[in-house]
Parts: sequence; C-alpha cells; structure tokens
Amino acid sequence: MSNLALFPIVIPLIFAAVLMLFPKNVSMQRIVAIAGVSATLVSALFLFSKVSTDGIQAVTLGSWPAPFGISMVSDMLSVLLVLSSTLVTLFVLFYSIPTIGVKREQSYYYPAVLFLMTGVNGAFTTGDIFNLFVFIEVLLMASYALIVHGGEKPQLRESIKYLLVNIISSALFVSAVAYLYSVTGTLNMADLAVKIPEIEAVGILTVIAVLFLVVFGFKAAIFPLYFWLPGSYFAPPMAILALFGALLTKVGVYAIMRTYTLFFTMNIGFTHELLAIIAILTILAGCIGALAYFDVKKIIIYNIIIAVGVILFGISQMNAAGVEGSIFYLVHDMLIKAALFLLVGILTVIFGTSDLRKMGGLIKSYPLFGWTFLIAAFGLAGIPPLSGFPGKLLIVQGGFEGTHFWGSLVILATSLLVLLSVVRIFIYAFWGEPAKIVTIDRKHYLSIFVPTAILVALTVVLGAGAELFMPFVSDAGEVLLNPSLYIDAVLKE
Amino acid sequence: MRTNDVMLQTATKVVTFIILMFAVHIFFAGHYTPGGGFVGGLLTASAIVLLMLAFDLPTVKKIVPINYVVLTAVGLLIAIATASASIVFDVPFFTHAYDYFDLPLFGKTSLHSAMLFDLGVYLVVVGVTMTIIQTIGEDE
Repeated sequence: MSNLALFPIVIPLIFAAVLMLFPKNVSMQRIVAIAGVSATLVSALFLFSKVSTDGIQAVTLGSWPAPFGISMVSDMLSVLLVLSSTLVTLFVLFYSIPTIGVKREQSYYYPAVLFLMTGVNGAFTTGDIFNLFVFIEVLLMASYALIVHGGEKPQLRESIKYLLVNIISSALFVSAVAYLYSVTGTLNMADLAVKIPEIEAVGILTVIAVLFLVVFGFKAAIFPLYFWLPGSYFAPPMAILALFGALLTKVGVYAIMRTYTLFFTMNIGFTHELLAIIAILTILAGCIGALAYFDVKKIIIYNIIIAVGVILFGISQMNAAGVEGSIFYLVHDMLIKAALFLLVGILTVIFGTSDLRKMGGLIKSYPLFGWTFLIAAFGLAGIPPLSGFPGKLLIVQGGFEGTHFWGSLVILATSLLVLLSVVRIFIYAFWGEPAKIVTIDRKHYLSIFVPTAILVALTVVLGAGAELFMPFVSDAGEVLLNPSLYIDAVLKE
Repeated sequence: MRTNDVMLQTATKVVTFIILMFAVHIFFAGHYTPGGGFVGGLLTASAIVLLMLAFDLPTVKKIVPINYVVLTAVGLLIAIATASASIVFDVPFFTHAYDYFDLPLFGKTSLHSAMLFDLGVYLVVVGVTMTIIQTIGEDE
C-alpha cells in the first residue's frame, strides 16, 4: 500500500482548483501553475525512485479489497510515462507563458492544462478499465476546453468535429466495457488478466478486443480512424498543439499497449496480427500526409500518426525486443514531438506564417535555432546516437525475430521518408534566399527558444545515454511480458 | 409584448424554498438511501434556474451573489481535501471514517467523512450547472 502513486494525479488537480479562484491575476496564475507542475514532477520523481527500488506500487482506493475497489497501479511503464508527460507539460508551460496571450491566460488556460495533466497521469496509472474511461473523459473535457480556447473561427469549426468523434468513441468505450463486464464479471485489469485465460469463449473475447482496439484507435489515431486528427490539431495555438501532440494520442497508445499485453492475449494469432497490419498501414498513411503538405504544422502532425504506427508495431510483436523498443520509442516520441512542435512554433512566429514556401534563409540570422532544429529532426528520424534510434532499432529487431519481417522493412524504409519530411522543413526554412521575417525582440525570442532548446537537449541525453535508461525500459517491458508480476502486485497485497 | 408572469413569480417564491429544502433532504438521505451530493446539487441548481425563469438574470444575481466558478473550485478543494486526509492517516486514498455520536435534538447519529466529500460534490455540481446555464443564458 502506498498513496505515492496518486500524488502525480492529485497534485495537479489541487493546483487546478486553486487556479480557478483568481483567473484575472495573470502573474499569480503563471507562478501557481509552474509551482503545480514542478510539484507534480518532484512527486513523479519520488514515485519513479520508489518503483525502481521496491517494484510495482499498487493501491486500491477506499481500503476495499483488490478486485472490488478501484486499483491504482504504478509499474515502471506507467511511471516512465507519467514522468515524461509531466516533463513535457512543464516545458510547454514555459513556452506558453510568452506566446499564449494574456486574454487566454485570464480565461482558465492554466487550470485547463492542469486538469489535462490530471487526466493523462490518471490514465497512465489506473488499474481499472472503467476508471481508465473516467480519466480519459477528464482529459477529454480539458482538451475540449483547450481546443476551443480563445474561440477563433477555425477552432470553433474543428472543435465540433473533435467533440463529435470523441463523444462517439466514448460511447463505444462504455459499450465495450459493458460487453467485457458481462463476459468476465470484472473490470479490474489484474483480475481480468486472471479471468480471461479461464474463459473458453475466445470468439466473443476477440470481438471485444477488436472493439477496444477501435475505441483506443480513435484516441491514438490509428489507420483508418485518424481522419479527425490533422484538422483538429491544426486549429489551436502552438503550445496547446504541442501538449495534444505529445500527450493525447499517447494515452490511446498506452491503453492499447496495456490491454493487448495484459489480458487480450487469448487469440494473438488474430488480434496481434490485425494490430501489426493496422500499425503498418498507419505508418504508410502518415508518411503520405507528412510528405504531401507544405505546411510545417501539418507535416509534424502527420508525423504523430507515423510514430503511433511504429510504437504499435513493436507491441504487436509480443517479444522482448519489440515491447522494449515500443516503450523507449513512446517516451522518446513524447519528448521529441513536444520539442518539434515548439520549434515549428518558433518558425511560425519568426516568419508569421506556417507555409513552407514563404520561408527561407533563416540560418544566417538564427544559426543556433537552425542547428537545434536539425538535431531534433535527426532525432525524430532515428539517426544514432539520437533518441529515436534505440527504440526504432529494437522495434525493427522485434519484427525480424517475430513473424513480421516485412513490417520491419517498412519501418526502415519509412524512416527515410520521416527524415525527408522534416529535413524538407530545414531546407526550405533555413537554406536558400532569405525570406521576409517578422522582427521579434531578443528577449521574447529567448523566452521561447530556451525551454525548447532544453527539451531538445533532453532528447539528446535520452538518446546518447540510452544505455543508462535501458534497465528501466527492460523493467517496464518485463511487466508487460509477464502479466503475473502485475497480477501479483495488485491482488496479493 | 411581455406576458403576464404574476402567477409564475408568486408560485416561484414558494416553490423555490420547497425545492431547496428538498435538496437538503435528498443530500442527507444519500447517506444510506438513494440521493446524495450530485442529485442534491442538481435540485439546488434547478431551484435557482426556476428563479431565473420567473424573474431575470440580474435580479437573480442580486439574490444569490455567488461566483459559480469559485463555488466549483471550493467544492473541488473540499472533495480533494477529504479524500487526501487518508494520506495523513496513511491508509489508501479515499478511505472513509465514521462513528456514532449522541447529538442534542438528533439523538444517536452516525457522522461520516464521506459526507464532507459529498458536500464538495454538491458544490461542484451547483457551480458547474449554474456556470453552464448562465453562460448560455447571457449569450443572446
């Protein structure tokens, strides 16, 4: 028993409630919001050290016995994700202070961000499938508020689509949970992992597993359910986009990761084969989008979809290399996507447009920014020793060890397309004839560039120090591959 | 032309108090029987909405001068604080405590920490419902 697992969920919630008390005092809003995220980060670090020394931390709320109460389970995977999402939120917060605008700051921007964090951290930590639904709703509520925040015309248009898609997928989610409950009689994930192998009706469970794939697929933006993502993510300001791109789809990916390793393993031949095929199709669809657009935002948005495919392909292999690769890549992707969105955000601030064709020649006036962007671009494509490399390498290895060598070949080939898509931004924006740029003062530029650069530096550390982080990643992978560890931690307290 | 709303206004003046008292009743009934903070909150909100229908927004704002967003935040804080008390006592989050007390007038009564949590829920429900209705109502 340890309440520590709940701290990264409760702290942002408390700070969000406090922030709602004085919306108009902008400087206090900033200070309290940063204090809240920092406190969350500290608690996440404590939790991380606790999990790495003492193993899985499980607590069942309200002192009820385990399968009946709501369990919160912090294993290495969830704590790694909580840690990286909190880190990303902190940097995005620093970035949004100078960019988001006083008007937005006065209308509950910071509480919404903190509520989003509550939902994200909760979804990563919960050990109960219905509670997962609740936390996903919490983060969706916050994301509805954020996507429409400011009320510009494209935001209003896109938020209707976003709302509709998510309400439909939430309704599906509840029905899927109901099906699962009627078949198994439990919603506790550990208990599900015990009960599902005992059930002989594999057919109905396979249907439920695919239903869950559809539900989480909507959130994670897999092929062909990603149609809502490019439009909706395009509308809000860059700081919000960075949060969404780095965190929201990852919750869906995490949910697939958890359910497809912990208990939907009764018919791997069908479900995981399907997952592998969908993952590859997702990558291909994402590549087409990433190369098709001349808009920097769109290019990075389509790169989210590619990453989702890569991570899910690793999971579908169900071997140590594939799963560990997916975990590493997931953490890497949260950091690098946030960094890239912030970098692209600086580009649009400097040029006053997000159209690549109107950019050019920036390397002379902003050399450091240019090279930082190049490093992030290389990191995204997975060039060693940057952070995309170890994850992708393991995923590809997992594919070769498993039955999907063709999938690994696709991932290798599309890595080049990913590289092309981001280097295209570099070539258009930094090389060639200098284009017209908006003059921004040095202080403002530094206030948005410094947090971004630190985030890029962190991804470099993650990549170059991969050897250092690998033990934690294999810890996380071990729990995914041996559900008995998870089950024991929850049910045998 | 404005319709004659004397009947509505007169009835509202009485009915509002009945609804409010019923809300309190439902709130405490939630302890062992159906009811609780959520339903009580909705009933309270409906009483205020009835006032708004019978009179108008400015009048109601004068009668109930509450910032509903602040009310929501306070409710949230009460609810989290109640749940977080379990951290201090080192028992799993959300663990509740109760005991029986002999109160004057009520006799033997069971007092329950879950009631405080429910009070938070009640305030959040009133706050959120009223914020939504006010925002839509103001927008003409």
